[in-house]
Amino acid sequence: MNYLDEFRNREVVTGLAGRIRQLTTGRSEPMTFMEVCGTHTMAICQYGIRSLLPPRLRLISGPGCPVCVTPNGYLDHAVACCRLPDVIIATFGDMMRVPGSSTSLMEERARGADIRVVYSPLDAVALAAKHPGKRVIFLGVGFETTAPAIAGSILAAAGEGLANFFVLGAHKTIPIPMAVLAADPELRIDGFICPAHVSAIIGAEAYRFLAEEYHIPCVVTGFEPVDIMQGVEMLARQVLAGESRVEIQYSRVVKWEGNKKAREVLARVFSPCDADWRGIGIIPGSGLEINAAYAAFDAAKAIPVEVEETREHEGCLCGEILKGKVSPADCPLFGTLCTPEAPVGACMVSSEGTCAAAHKYGR
Amino acid sequence: MQIISKDGNTAVAEIDGVRREASLMLLGEEVNVGDFVIIHAGFAISKLDEDDARETLALMREAFTPEDMA
Amino acid sequence: MDKDLILLGHGSGGKLSHQLLDDLIIPALSAIPVSGQNDAALVEHDGRRLAFTTDSYVVDPIFFPGGNIGDLAINGTINDLAMMGATPLCLSVGLIMEEGFSRKELASILASMRKAADLAGVRIVTGDTKVVPRGKVDRIYINTSGIGVFAHDLQINGCRAEEGDKVIISGTIGDHGIAILAAREGLDLETGIESDSAALNGLVLELLKEGDAIHVLRDPTRGGVATTLKEIAVQSRVTIQLQEAELPFKAAVKGVCAVLGLDPLHVANEGKLLAIVAAEAAERLLARMHNHPLGAEAAIIGTVTGVSGGRVQLETVVGGLRAVDMLAGEQLPRIC
Repeated sequence: MNYLDEFRNREVVTGLAGRIRQLTTGRSEPMTFMEVCGTHTMAICQYGIRSLLPPRLRLISGPGCPVCVTPNGYLDHAVACCRLPDVIIATFGDMMRVPGSSTSLMEERARGADIRVVYSPLDAVALAAKHPGKRVIFLGVGFETTAPAIAGSILAAAGEGLANFFVLGAHKTIPIPMAVLAADPELRIDGFICPAHVSAIIGAEAYRFLAEEYHIPCVVTGFEPVDIMQGVEMLARQVLAGESRVEIQYSRVVKWEGNKKAREVLARVFSPCDADWRGIGIIPGSGLEINAAYAAFDAAKAIPVEVEETREHEGCLCGEILKGKVSPADCPLFGTLCTPEAPVGACMVSSEGTCAAAHKYGR
Repeated sequence: MQIISKDGNTAVAEIDGVRREASLMLLGEEVNVGDFVIIHAGFAISKLDEDDARETLALMREAFTPEDMA
Repeated sequence: MDKDLILLGHGSGGKLSHQLLDDLIIPALSAIPVSGQNDAALVEHDGRRLAFTTDSYVVDPIFFPGGNIGDLAINGTINDLAMMGATPLCLSVGLIMEEGFSRKELASILASMRKAADLAGVRIVTGDTKVVPRGKVDRIYINTSGIGVFAHDLQINGCRAEEGDKVIISGTIGDHGIAILAAREGLDLETGIESDSAALNGLVLELLKEGDAIHVLRDPTRGGVATTLKEIAVQSRVTIQLQEAELPFKAAVKGVCAVLGLDPLHVANEGKLLAIVAAEAAERLLARMHNHPLGAEAAIIGTVTGVSGGRVQLETVVGGLRAVDMLAGEQLPRIC
């Protein structure tokens, strides 16, 4: 029993699909549920979940891909850093091909920059310890699942007395933008499929204000196909009953109060700040910045560099995609001028991007 | 992933024969060898509640046995 | 994107590689229509068919569980000939070595190459050796070329898949790529994964006994099963549907892919073949594979469901349907 395969059971998924179909027959109004987690975006496509749901029930993707919601300016800053002497850029894989204003990290690597893909920020700390003559800059992009890990790595670097480990941060938090989308009159979100592992950190209680103030049903849902189908069923039931509560489908991992210890570690290193979200703009309090006490590890403060003027790509609809207002197939650049090999926008190239998923797995 | 060994604040966890090291510094609760944890970017972020998982699976098996799929 | 740069992705075997071939390399060197882009070239001379192929090997690390750059180079080229239905006749070997490379390691690689060639019954008849200054290549790169002859008139070609045909894989998927990645990244595995590098000409000979029922043979190397089937689907202008539940994997390969977020259908194989065959012969061909040491875990994994511009779909383990596409850029560099 590894608690994964059992949640990929075909009979159960088929059964849940049948229940969802039964629940929604007779309802002429469509239901739209938004997920805000890149892993959900991918899992839904990977398992072909949409093909199992009735057509009246729409699953749309929101700004759940942290790489995708990071504006070009951040990439340009990373590129400027990689061109400095004696710098090693350490990054998660999917930042490599994201296009900045004029280039990408992958192209810079082809031109000779030292850019390395790591699976954990601790690997970047290890790089710094191994190369004392180099400045190792870790690209810190992610939501509340990743931010505590990066906080942990800064504490580890501090503990080791490293002076050459830095984080260039673009960390963001997810509940506040969900409220922005919930309040958007153009979007009619009937329910949120809440993230799995972000919720393990922040707890299901973080979404209470969405249910109580914005009257949107929220179900914290796991990543396996059984989880997703069950989460969708729970949302459908709430909508039909006219309810708006926070429920936990992924109860084997997520608690109402979340992971207090992880949040404590996070708070030691990070504080909320305003953040710029691609397509949405500046959302107050939706970002995380490194505290003054750890400024020595903040690449933005510790490593002065000139960044090129940021340009957005003409015709790129990533912003609208990230708000769930436009689907990939509706973007005129999708599959033609914007492809995974030659992407115009981040949504097409990040491993959790809505357009990347649509292109790879089909809609 | 399932913890197969532990050394202070670091554990080795395994899934499908693949082993990864993970830091336990973000976990508030005690975990032991044999426990299941969720690992993200080299850190364990949550312990899996096996009782809850088994209960969920039992309920599903009850609700969706193949004989019911007419 | 700077269009003047050659990127790692251009050598990965996926979409970027295809673009480079189609946009620059093929038009410059000759004009091979898409339907003619098979594992080896068919050359007609004096009324006789020959198969001719070449491949270069830059795999890192050069020694990996299950083999090394040498036997990989021998098996790979033998397989390209075998996938055309040709009997491999002879091979050439080109060595480009870095100054300072170990003579002992070279001897070990050469011994493996001889062993692999002998096992497959193919002779190495010519070659070339170059040494370049330290740092100009990474230890050793190898090119092998091969010629094959035909003992039959069968037309085995990427454009021959037909509606109704069955898709068979000769064994577990993703072993080679994951073995390389595991070695390179120093992954801690309970059971080590070994490359599946092997010469498939013997297995192919067995399958050819079913004659014209064999429409397509191809080994899913760089870019994996997904890329290979997509190429065939486009060449034959058909839709192929795979059953995820039927895909054979070693548990450790699935585990590594899950942990590292890789799609196993995009991972290279070096000792497996895909056969697209007439439906009525599928079970017989499967039996022939099972009776051969290199086909013990063979499985029927899909069907050619209809005509189209060239699509591959997958029915997922939970019954959903999704598209399968070619590898876009670089997944794992220097895999072969």
